[in-house]
Amino acid sequence: MIVGRRETWTGRLLLVLLMAVTLMPFLSLFVTALHPSGSYPSGLEWPRDPQWGNFVKAFQAARMIELVKSSTLIVLGVVPVSLLLGTLAGFAIGHLRMAGRNLVFLAFVLGLTLPFEGIITPLYYQVRDMGLLNTRWAIILPLIGLFMPFAVFWMRAHFVNMPDELSESARMDGANVWQLFWRIHVPLAMPALSSLAILLFLWTWNQFLLAIVLVDDPLKRTMSGALGAFQGQWGTNMPLLCAGSLLILTPTLVIFLIFQRRFVTALLQGSLKG
Amino acid sequence: MTRPTPDSAVDSPATRPGPAAVTRKRSSARAAGLRTPSWVGWLFVAPALGVYAVFVLRPIALTVQYSMYRWDGIGPSTWTGLGNYVRVFTDPDLFASILNAVKLIVFFSVIPVVLGLAIASTIRRIATSRLALVARTVLFLPQVIPLVAAGIAWSWLMSSTGLVNQLLTYAGLGGVARAWLGDFSTALPAVGVIGAWVLLGLCTILLLSGMSKIDPALYEAARMDGAGPLREFVSITVPSLRQEIGVCVTVTVIAALASFDIVYVSTQGGPGNATMVPGLEIYYLAFSERQVGMASALAVVLMVLVLLVALPIQWLTKDKSS
Repeated sequence: MIVGRRETWTGRLLLVLLMAVTLMPFLSLFVTALHPSGSYPSGLEWPRDPQWGNFVKAFQAARMIELVKSSTLIVLGVVPVSLLLGTLAGFAIGHLRMAGRNLVFLAFVLGLTLPFEGIITPLYYQVRDMGLLNTRWAIILPLIGLFMPFAVFWMRAHFVNMPDELSESARMDGANVWQLFWRIHVPLAMPALSSLAILLFLWTWNQFLLAIVLVDDPLKRTMSGALGAFQGQWGTNMPLLCAGSLLILTPTLVIFLIFQRRFVTALLQGSLKG
Repeated sequence: MTRPTPDSAVDSPATRPGPAAVTRKRSSARAAGLRTPSWVGWLFVAPALGVYAVFVLRPIALTVQYSMYRWDGIGPSTWTGLGNYVRVFTDPDLFASILNAVKLIVFFSVIPVVLGLAIASTIRRIATSRLALVARTVLFLPQVIPLVAAGIAWSWLMSSTGLVNQLLTYAGLGGVARAWLGDFSTALPAVGVIGAWVLLGLCTILLLSGMSKIDPALYEAARMDGAGPLREFVSITVPSLRQEIGVCVTVTVIAALASFDIVYVSTQGGPGNATMVPGLEIYYLAFSERQVGMASALAVVLMVLVLLVALPIQWLTKDKSS
């Protein structure tokens, strides 16, 4: 009993310590953001005269409203289409099981570990030749392609576990494949789809490499890419940079805190399956 | 297996085919993919395969093609065969970037997985407490925010006047205080610390959720046989977590080898080339130094390296658990 109690207390202490280490960078950003703009504060030190106005300044300097709009447009372009294409393909490979499915599945799976840096060079020339450089399409279209391996893999894992009897009884009632897909299987796939949607949202919103290579204008980038530009512009003004970083973090943070349980499950499942 | 299905209840011999027919149909359905012709399945796959081919497979093929030429991205290109690959492995700067990525594995993978295992097994008993539930959310924060933001925050923490040095001075270690990311000898480990911070929470939570699936009777039996905490850890916890450990190692090793965002923001590969990694080198080679062929050769090496590391880990950790 005594051993058990001591173990729980070490456990609690460790957890608190771990949380403190995790939160420290955020705290440091916050405290620094309150120092007078342009100053070079040292360490973690509460300012004598907190400059809440820095957040307003950063909000205007980063043009937050336009940034959120741009990221939202990109997410709206990427996520629904990726979900649809991934579900269609996952359904065919996992449930319709047509001839040649193993080969096509292997082709997708090999893309699961692909580092984006590996194809960024030809992607740049390809997007340029399509005339899409510096438009949001330059991020949207490649991302849909790059998300296909995971989306197909994820949805196939769901459809493989759906019993054949379900489809057979629907077929006996006269449903064709298209109706079978939309009326029976898509509604049943909602939990898998919503987790996938969360993951794809997060990966799109935070996409950095494609944004900085393919789009010059920060206002047409993702949040992450815009933050990169913001750092380049305000890198020497620590308080303003910290305020800007916090503002740019806020949208994901808010969405995460609202849907935290779904997020955690999705991320756990996502890494387990991937 | 004769599992009752919802529709078997309404099946009657008069209106439906007999049991024999159903069985035959069912087995043939399984073979022929639910009586759907193959081309229908391919129609479902076609759109996904299309975008994948245009935006992933074609660029991969082009990377391989570019890697055999010397090309500045504008003018004519000259065939060099495997020359670019020879340079990737002989040019000290280029090869150093690969070595740096391998060294980062210590921080991105070894530390989060080992520390994650230790932490998870310590907090296993309180895994369902309120505190642990709050911790689950908090520890996931680094996974949710952009890596760029993590890079900015940590660059500030580790700057010469940052919190890290402040704490060191309080602890009487002011002598070692320095600009951690600007010092040749500490820049790479400092970048590694950022990666460890990002990945430790994910690994801990993942391992903890795996531990909750272990039968507690195993631990009780071990206690009765006089096993101490360490023995329990080695003989029960680690073997049962084979799959989760495999996942953590795969995810974190890929994050180390393909790192880009954190390095780009915190050090840009410097000081000198001390923190140069392949991802960043590809970016510089292709878009500022205009050596598209070299960039592509390094890209091919990186893609192959990631596959070579990821595949064996998958095989090692998957075969026994399935």
